[in-house]
Amino acid sequence: MATDTRAAAIPAVGFDRPRGWRALGRYSLLLFVAFLVLFPIYTTIVAALKPGNEVLNDPLRPGPFTLDVLRDAWSTGRLGRYLLNSFVVAIVVTVCQVVTSLLAAYAFAMLDFPGRTLLFGVFLATLLVPLEVTLVVNRRLIDSLGWLNTYQGLAAPFLATAFGTFLLRQVFLTLPRDLRDAAAIDGVGHLGFLRHVAIPLVRPTLGALALFSFLSTWNQYLWPNLITTEADKNTVQSGLRLLASTNLDEPNLVMAGTVIAAIPIFVVLIVFQRQLVRGLTAGAVKG
Amino acid sequence: MLAPSLLILVTFVLYPLVRAVWLGQQRCDNFGNNCVSRGFDQYVDMFTSREFQSALGVTVKYALLTVPLGLVLGVGLAVLADKHLRGVGVFRTVFSSTVATSVAVASLMWLFLLQPDVGVLANVGWINELFPSVKDPGWLRDPGTALVAVSMSSVWANLGFTFILVTAGLQGIPRDLHEAAAIDGAGDVRRFWSVTLPMLGPTLLFVVIVLTSRAFQAYGEIELLTQGGPAPYDSTTTVTYFIYGRNSVISGDVGLQATAAVLLFLLLLVLSVLQLSGLGRRVHYGD
Repeated sequence: MATDTRAAAIPAVGFDRPRGWRALGRYSLLLFVAFLVLFPIYTTIVAALKPGNEVLNDPLRPGPFTLDVLRDAWSTGRLGRYLLNSFVVAIVVTVCQVVTSLLAAYAFAMLDFPGRTLLFGVFLATLLVPLEVTLVVNRRLIDSLGWLNTYQGLAAPFLATAFGTFLLRQVFLTLPRDLRDAAAIDGVGHLGFLRHVAIPLVRPTLGALALFSFLSTWNQYLWPNLITTEADKNTVQSGLRLLASTNLDEPNLVMAGTVIAAIPIFVVLIVFQRQLVRGLTAGAVKG
Repeated sequence: MLAPSLLILVTFVLYPLVRAVWLGQQRCDNFGNNCVSRGFDQYVDMFTSREFQSALGVTVKYALLTVPLGLVLGVGLAVLADKHLRGVGVFRTVFSSTVATSVAVASLMWLFLLQPDVGVLANVGWINELFPSVKDPGWLRDPGTALVAVSMSSVWANLGFTFILVTAGLQGIPRDLHEAAAIDGAGDVRRFWSVTLPMLGPTLLFVVIVLTSRAFQAYGEIELLTQGGPAPYDSTTTVTYFIYGRNSVISGDVGLQATAAVLLFLLLLVLSVLQLSGLGRRVHYGD
């Protein structure tokens, strides 16, 4: 996930281009830290590829190789099933968050209606409420709707986002009102304007928001644990927890599950690294 | 256009918050039914209880163990990998990589590293000789080291996030500033303190706020690595684990869970206000 937004022009000899011994020193330091950062990932992969009786025999040495444990985690560990559940929930939440924030952001930026400032304040206030506070009541709410162990139970509380609304509103505010007025005179309704003018404008932000929504839903841990009591309905995260707690004595199986659970996100992040940086920095910059 | 977002946010954020405040003064049976009002003194009782105070103390310690170290490492690595060295992109990818690990994935990787019986470190001969405590009693099983061990896993897992944000922040610093400082004779160290750090202000403030709130909401790593133990000291029971942990003393009592959750909310609110007013005032926004 390299951040490939390098400074535009790099002179061949620069004050910030270490050379000679200093470059060597820096490489050694970089290599050393890279080794430390990769160490847990390395031991995990090594264990996932070893048969059970070999795992504790020199855990740093790779091999003998086998794919059986990965296969086992996929089928008997049900990782395949959990991945599907996670995928469905994350996609549903992402699509809904994008749609609901687009609509709300457009309303806040382009429409005049009484109580707009107050309502926007209410939206922003929800950002201050940590998930952990609402989960107690939400668990009961989902239970009383009969939605425990269902996709709608996993997804429902997260179908809208004040963060996304705020993010998109900031971009919509840069659209000149005259443009909207001109479109209105030409008979273009709000939805038409949203689709043909506003959405193309926010496309980069939309991509960042979608990735952010997908990742945060995929990585949810506490909520799926509270909502899921049947093994088949686990997401990858709560499924991993189950796998770990029921196979304490088989670390290679648990590590194989961990590898399987991690791969999709690694792939997603490599493909969408640009959106990731945008998404993560969206909250950090002013404006 | 606001209706969908408003419906979701009111139902699953605002209503649960208000309801939690109300539930927080009640005691309920194990099924969350037959709740009896106990008055708002329950908040005071909860806050002053030995269990909550202990959880709060652990949480503060956990934040102090993870936030400063995570920040320093993130900034250090980002600065280290910001120089124009051949192949630095590879290192950036490596340092960003932990952003792809969910809390379950990261925690299980570290559980496998640190576990005293079937873990990696305990089964590598020379590590075992160097640090006998990895096997007996095991860092996760010793009340003195358990929290440090958990925070190591958390610092590792958050490293990618911090690294990406700081790297993006570094790239936003105009090169002229560095050049001007270099021409004036400022060396690497001087430029770091006088140019880089002040210009990173807004990014660092954001990172501190996010890392702190993550520390206060730590749940998955606690459940997977220590289950709040080792007993009898509850040495790693953070506030969030105290609320939701299956083996917590208030597990099953929705009223008391709500009390603690609302207190957590207030704590986080006070904390962000303090951080924004204290650190925020010293942050330089450039114009």
